[in-house]
Amino acid sequence: MGEKAFSYWYWQGVRHLLSIPACILMMSFVGFGGLSAEAGLTPSQTMVLAFTTWALPSAVVVVGAVLNDVPFYATVFAVVLASVRLMPMTMALIPFLKSSQTKTWHLVFASNFIAITAWVFAMRLVPELPREGRFAFFIGFAFTLAIINTCVAGLANYFSASLPPVASAALVFLTPIYFLLSMTAAARIKTEYWAIGAGLVLGPAFHLITPETDLLWCGLLGGSFAYLINLFGKRT
Amino acid sequence: MMDILRAPFSEWYPFLFILLAGALPTQIWRWLGAVFAKSLDEESEFLNWVKAIATALVAGLIAKLVVFPSGSLIDVPLWARLSALLLGYGVFFLTRPKIIYGILVGEVVLVSAAFFYL
Repeated sequence: MGEKAFSYWYWQGVRHLLSIPACILMMSFVGFGGLSAEAGLTPSQTMVLAFTTWALPSAVVVVGAVLNDVPFYATVFAVVLASVRLMPMTMALIPFLKSSQTKTWHLVFASNFIAITAWVFAMRLVPELPREGRFAFFIGFAFTLAIINTCVAGLANYFSASLPPVASAALVFLTPIYFLLSMTAAARIKTEYWAIGAGLVLGPAFHLITPETDLLWCGLLGGSFAYLINLFGKRT
Repeated sequence: MMDILRAPFSEWYPFLFILLAGALPTQIWRWLGAVFAKSLDEESEFLNWVKAIATALVAGLIAKLVVFPSGSLIDVPLWARLSALLLGYGVFFLTRPKIIYGILVGEVVLVSAAFFYL
């Protein structure tokens, strides 16, 4: 990859940050910063959490763990389960980013910035680009998106105490509604709709029964139910 | 949490917790995905099951954030939080695949209730 070509495609990717999904994600990170402030996390902790996970569900699970004093092992388990979806997403996108000049560490680096917004964006646009520009284009968009939102989360955390309660309620609400809608929009098979429905009911239910490991049971039972009901539906 | 580590490393404990319980369990899936990008079938039944579990888990988390909220959302009554979520969801189904209108309607409902109760 020539120096010139890399920076050209890199900035092409950066240019796409002025888009509606990128703006919604930014507002979600404002909301996340407010949530983390309420859990007692400092701006630097919030920024490290946002950048090193670069996946809002994982970050929200960690904040929830801090809020509810969830044990370490249960947090790890919940985060592992909440991030499983990143593996098939990564496997689907990586082949598009490859060219004769990309090295393995390039791809592993790029994979660190795969999350819902960047993935949906890249799967749509990257296949139309010439191969030599794809990696730089993706990094330009996804890496810059991560850097900006890390700063947004830190600033939101820092300033959240001075926000009027109505504004902070609106921002805290942004995270669940953004996730519910974008997850439903990204769902392609019936199993996922069933899983969303089951999860919405079982999450609060298991919180009342077993608050420490509620998400685990919710995921295992709700997900298996959704999977089986679809399997059963196919056979009859 | 890890009480043994809490005392001697109290200043660094939160960062350790973030990296070990947050970052590592998240990134491992991306690294595995990058490594197995060629050899695993994305349409396999095992992955469908795993994806269903992950989806239900995230949906459960969403519902928990609305039903058992923290901070200023606590003072907005449950029926108002649920109405905001359901109305936003309903509008989304009318305007899908766009998500912006559903989010706006949900937020308008929530903010109206918040103005009344906060």
